[in-house]
Amino acid sequence: MQTPFILTVSQLNTYAKSVIEQDENLHNVFVTGEISNFVDHYRSGHLYMSIKDSTSSIKAVMFAGNASRLKFKPENGMSVIILGRVSIYERDGQYQLYIDDMQPDGIGSLSLAFEQLKEKLAKEGLFSQENKKPIPRIPSKIAVISSPTGAAVQDVLNVLGRRFPLSEIIFAGVKVQGEGSAEQICAAIEKINRLNAADVIIIARGGGSAEDLWEFNSERLAYAIYNSRIPVISGVGHETDYTICDFVADLRAPTPSAAAELSVPDANQQYFYISSLMNTVVTLVNEKLFDCESDFAKLCESKVLTNPISIVDNCEAYLESLKIELFESADEMLNSLSANFSLLCSALDNLSPLKVLARGYSMTKKDESIICSVKDININDNLEIQFCDGLAKAKVLEVLK
Amino acid sequence: MKMTYEQAIKRLEEIVTMLEEGTLSLEESLKLYEEGARLSEFCHKTLKDARQKIISLNEVENND
Repeated sequence: MQTPFILTVSQLNTYAKSVIEQDENLHNVFVTGEISNFVDHYRSGHLYMSIKDSTSSIKAVMFAGNASRLKFKPENGMSVIILGRVSIYERDGQYQLYIDDMQPDGIGSLSLAFEQLKEKLAKEGLFSQENKKPIPRIPSKIAVISSPTGAAVQDVLNVLGRRFPLSEIIFAGVKVQGEGSAEQICAAIEKINRLNAADVIIIARGGGSAEDLWEFNSERLAYAIYNSRIPVISGVGHETDYTICDFVADLRAPTPSAAAELSVPDANQQYFYISSLMNTVVTLVNEKLFDCESDFAKLCESKVLTNPISIVDNCEAYLESLKIELFESADEMLNSLSANFSLLCSALDNLSPLKVLARGYSMTKKDESIICSVKDININDNLEIQFCDGLAKAKVLEVLK
Repeated sequence: MKMTYEQAIKRLEEIVTMLEEGTLSLEESLKLYEEGARLSEFCHKTLKDARQKIISLNEVENND
């Protein structure tokens, strides 16, 4: 029996690693499973996770270089197909999967990435209706961001030239496909804003595959559009293509031509509109004139102006009527006064002392004063007795009480 | 500064609104009518004479 060969841990791990790495089957291996314990090491950019199925699990790592090429963001619970190699991390003796590339299982990585970004930006409010800027009704200047060689820019210019040639076009030629396109479009948007070069921006690109339009799903572009002071119309792809650019834009048009249509009024309708405005002005001013004329006519028809002498006539007639009234009331007053007078006279007549004397009464006076009581008389007083037809002088013989 | 088409249309709309309120004197109304007629002619002529003008964004920068 040989002396047992004693290994250090390092030697054991190195040996085991070399054994595994010799197996070519483990160099490029496709593995399917579900992500768990996912850690995005934000400083290094490496991704750490476990891949598991219902019974087993394996540690996995994706280094920053490979991870940066991922279109989607891995998450716990996500089913993925992994291309990688198997090896051992000697320090920990950890058997693990080194991921070169990863695809979501079932759904394409691009569409997953799209959904993820869409959800994120929606949460941040980039698509909300209240943040949309209104599109100016009649823009003086329109910035068109598109490829100088594409059909899209021709469509846009044709529509604008036909519909409303008055708007000046500021053209920003950019790449609209492939890496760096989003960057150029962002730069154009920012420059147009900085120079305040237009009233509205159209981003135009013809139709293409999801991959062709991929740059329009850039997060950076989404923010450039969101932060633009100048409203942005997105005319990217065909009617059925939706990009992040469409969602964040202030107005989404189904095609580049439609974007152009939406950015300007139709000159023919404008002619009509100007005429209708002016017609309203004419009608309103005519109404005003007519009102003033009829007021004037009414004034002219008034008696003061047509027959001024009638005012004097009126005054005369009034004076006459006043005169009659005065006479009548004076008569009335005289009549009532004289009636009153005769009434008083007859009352006075009835009360006359002569009338009383005539009925047989007499009046006794002493020293020119009328005597009403026997108390005022003494024996031998000289009295005068007045009758209705004369006077008698008498002497008092006796006073009886 | 030269009036733009948009400014002219806006002023014309303003004139209509003022006249619709009906509180203006005849003299003011007639003045607005004259202004409206001028604006409407200006808009027509501006639209009719318009020729599409295209410049590149780089030129805009150089002009400033």
